Amino acid sequence: MMAAMSAVQTLLRRPQPRASLLFEDVHVIDPRMEIDRRLDVLVAEGRIAKLAEPGTLSADAVEPRAETIAGQGRHLMPAFFDPHVHLRTPGQEHKEDLETGTRAAAAGGFAGVIAMPNTDPVIDSAPLLRSLRAAAEREARVPVGFLPAITRGLAGAELSEMAELRQEGALGFTDDGRPVAGAGVLRKALQYQRLCGGVLTLHEEDPTLSAGGSMREGPVSAALGLTGIPSVSESTMVARDAALAFYEQGRVHFQHLSAVASVEAVAAAKAQGARVSAEASPHHLLLTEEELRGLDTRMKMNPPLGCEQDRQALIEGLRSGAIDCVATDHAPHTREEKEVPFEQAPMGTTGLETAFAALHTMLVRPGVLSLALLIDRMTAGAQLFDLPLHRILEGEPANLTLIDLEASWVPGEHGWESRSENCCFAGRQLIGRVLITIADGSVAYRQRSFTLVGA
Amino acid sequence: MNHLLSIEELDRAAIERIVAQATRFAEVADREIKKVPALRGRMVLNLFYESSTRTRSSFELAAKRLSADVVNFAPGGSSVEKGESLKDTVLTLSAHKPDAIVIRTPWVGAAELVCRWCSAAIVNAGDGKHEHPTQALLDVYTLRRRLGALDGLSVWIVGDVAHSRVARSNILALQRMGAKVTVAGPPTLIPRDIEALGCEVRHTLSEMQGADVVYALRMQHERMTESWVPSLREYATWYQINARRLRPRQLLMHPGPVNRGVELSGEVVDSPQSLISAQVEAGVVVRMAVLYELLAGSHSPARAPLRPAPEPQPA
Repeated sequence: MMAAMSAVQTLLRRPQPRASLLFEDVHVIDPRMEIDRRLDVLVAEGRIAKLAEPGTLSADAVEPRAETIAGQGRHLMPAFFDPHVHLRTPGQEHKEDLETGTRAAAAGGFAGVIAMPNTDPVIDSAPLLRSLRAAAEREARVPVGFLPAITRGLAGAELSEMAELRQEGALGFTDDGRPVAGAGVLRKALQYQRLCGGVLTLHEEDPTLSAGGSMREGPVSAALGLTGIPSVSESTMVARDAALAFYEQGRVHFQHLSAVASVEAVAAAKAQGARVSAEASPHHLLLTEEELRGLDTRMKMNPPLGCEQDRQALIEGLRSGAIDCVATDHAPHTREEKEVPFEQAPMGTTGLETAFAALHTMLVRPGVLSLALLIDRMTAGAQLFDLPLHRILEGEPANLTLIDLEASWVPGEHGWESRSENCCFAGRQLIGRVLITIADGSVAYRQRSFTLVGA
Repeated sequence: MNHLLSIEELDRAAIERIVAQATRFAEVADREIKKVPALRGRMVLNLFYESSTRTRSSFELAAKRLSADVVNFAPGGSSVEKGESLKDTVLTLSAHKPDAIVIRTPWVGAAELVCRWCSAAIVNAGDGKHEHPTQALLDVYTLRRRLGALDGLSVWIVGDVAHSRVARSNILALQRMGAKVTVAGPPTLIPRDIEALGCEVRHTLSEMQGADVVYALRMQHERMTESWVPSLREYATWYQINARRLRPRQLLMHPGPVNRGVELSGEVVDSPQSLISAQVEAGVVVRMAVLYELLAGSHSPARAPLRPAPEPQPA
């Protein structure tokens, strides 16, 4: 394996002042560090300086004088990590850009994201990646990493210059938006991976099975007269690529799983010893094809929302670890693009601002998943891409999010941080609201109505 | 009733009401002057994104018999080809304050979307493969005229169900009127889970002799070139409704236009068992009934509330 470039360089953000502040009496919950109690947490110059019993720390201890945030028992967690977002830069900035997208991330409690290459132009060469990373260094509010394309132009035919892209900071590669349809091409990528490293991140779909489809094939598509996408479009490709990954001993990450058979294929591959990982999105964990009866284009995604058995299998997979992490597949589209007949609308939902709140409301509060498990799965994505996990530990850079787990709110009611509004959870009453997010030592987001005490 | 978007939204009582109204209009068709003044001064706008002389002229005739003014808008060769969206087209046309818009598009759900942008009464004349409610209504009317109540009747819908909005609307309408529906056709052309709509599924016509009514669907040439069926010849061998398969007491229906020699043999089309021309006649009076239900005696469309966008379900 090629010598890794310095890890510090693989996520980039704009220069921002290093935070110094005291979280007074917050309920710290970091399952990896086995912390679940009320503490004072002092952040000094962007690092977690001290954890101590509540009421024992003072902001005056820090130079320059720190702000004090009255925690009042609200929950401080390691900030989340999303390995699958679409920031639409370059070329589609009318939907989202590096600044608005990372602002949305911070508003959702995320302190790190990985952006997909299906932009215009596609990120499939070193000069493009370099230019994009330079833009992230100017504009991103939270650290951003990039996955360039596996194949040039996402055409599925010729490999991109993966080794040079890796040197330029690529965390891995993906043709996301499209599958790598040809097993022969994917196999070459897996072989080449032995030279260049990086995670081959796969969108799984068989175009000959999904062609013309706009929702999951099933009773709802039958009733609506919409061409359906059968679950086997995804699961057969997951099985195929898991087998290829095992054969070539390659490192593969499966994106946005949506079907029972896909979860089973990943679990079987892991049991066999394949180096595979997988993610699931909040919308696939919480919603089903029934949402499409009203032909709401915000519910049109790829892969499509599945049936209830799929949803339960995804939840169980997340619980068991067959699915390693949550990833939003944040996919902004403008109102004009979505306000068209269902079959014409582009696929995708935004998700950064609502991911935690929706999962907390619909899975944690009813007791389906524990809060600790959710936090684990919402932070685990970093490790899958060989990046440091966000941890609440003295000496670590501060990647923290303070969340009021009792606060009730309606996404979209007061607008969005994202440039786009196409959120499948818009208008729902959600419980759990991010108050402040610190990303890589700097304050990246503060809820407008959240007042601080002191300073 | 503010709009006619689907059979899904209609209950049996609503269907009965439209059928009764159509029956009254059938008497008008026998007079020398075939007009009633009910919709005089009202404007019906036909917005057809799919070419369709039959359905469009049926609606046009229905509107004119009610003394309404008719405007036809066919987006081919107009601003739509310049990239104007459906929404902008509708907003532009709404400025003329039509009382009703009859809309046919190749896109599922388009009629329902139009309700959000325009306060006219919206009639779905076919939205992609989803529904064609006036077809199902005229089919129910035709059967009622011929047989009386449809309760307990067995209807077989034969052919390319997957691509048929006529089939979907009829599966719903016939069941609402008490009939039992079986769909039959090549397995590649019967949608998976169509049973969720309440019908039975068969892949051969071996049990069809028990049906009271056989409803044949058009078999389009494209289905062969796209490998849905190996050939029209094989389709005809297994599924063609002909004198050998159609029992003497069974009634035959078809939404038109017919492909003689494919889904139907010429002899059954021309036989007394065929209700096909009755269906065409029914089309005008049923559409008169629909327009009448929506517009006659109702307040001006400019004051009708706009249909809101679907609300997401609360968590």
